[in-house]
Amino acid sequence: MTDTALTRTVVIEREMPHPPEKIWRALTQGPLIEEWLMKNDFQPVVGHRFNFRSTPVPNWNGIIDAEVLAVEPNSRLSYSWSTMGMKSMVAWTLTPTPGGTHVRMDHSGFGSEEDAAYKGARYGWQKFIAKLDDVAGKLD
Amino acid sequence: MQAVADNLFKALSAPTRRAIFEHLSRDGEQTVHALTYRARVSQPAVSKHLSVLKLASLVRDRREGRETHYSARPQALAPLVDWMSLYGTFWRDRFDQLEDLLERMDK
Repeated sequence: MTDTALTRTVVIEREMPHPPEKIWRALTQGPLIEEWLMKNDFQPVVGHRFNFRSTPVPNWNGIIDAEVLAVEPNSRLSYSWSTMGMKSMVAWTLTPTPGGTHVRMDHSGFGSEEDAAYKGARYGWQKFIAKLDDVAGKLD
Repeated sequence: MQAVADNLFKALSAPTRRAIFEHLSRDGEQTVHALTYRARVSQPAVSKHLSVLKLASLVRDRREGRETHYSARPQALAPLVDWMSLYGTFWRDRFDQLEDLLERMDK
């Protein structure tokens, strides 16, 4: 049906008119992370296991299991990102520019296709399906 | 690949079809009659929904006597697993919120 590779990457890059140090705080201080991403118990320590928590929906508890993989202050940060049996990794790269900082986020590796499809169907797909009406509306 | 995803998204865009698919995923193989009873819509409507689901490979059918039995194929959800557009949207929204936060933060 499909030869979808097991690894996929979403990349977002944006130039921000703020110094890397300030953006680093927003990426690594729990209360600040909560303001733009999700509730969390993040600590900028390699090996630290933590959760992101969003609003639970039927068949999905809203919890993302994560572990800090890399911390290079003001420069690089990465953590694993697992939910519904789909394992992936989020990596942040901050590069100083004359006007501020180039921010890049790679979210890669959405896990085993079969495993994820199966578990997704059982536990979590409704959460995402809720958004499909919008997506489907743009298909034609 | 795009056609596969289109069929899948369209199949799942109708609440009744999602309910039928969910029901089959949870409770296993069902006849059209049983599904019609559960779905509270006419049998022709259920059959039409099933054909759309089948086009997206979300269900398969098996003829036995005069009854057709349908079962879910959750592996057909695989194209959604790469969630490219969904996670893309998610992160773009979060980037917007991050920038809002940065504007509010002290230097």
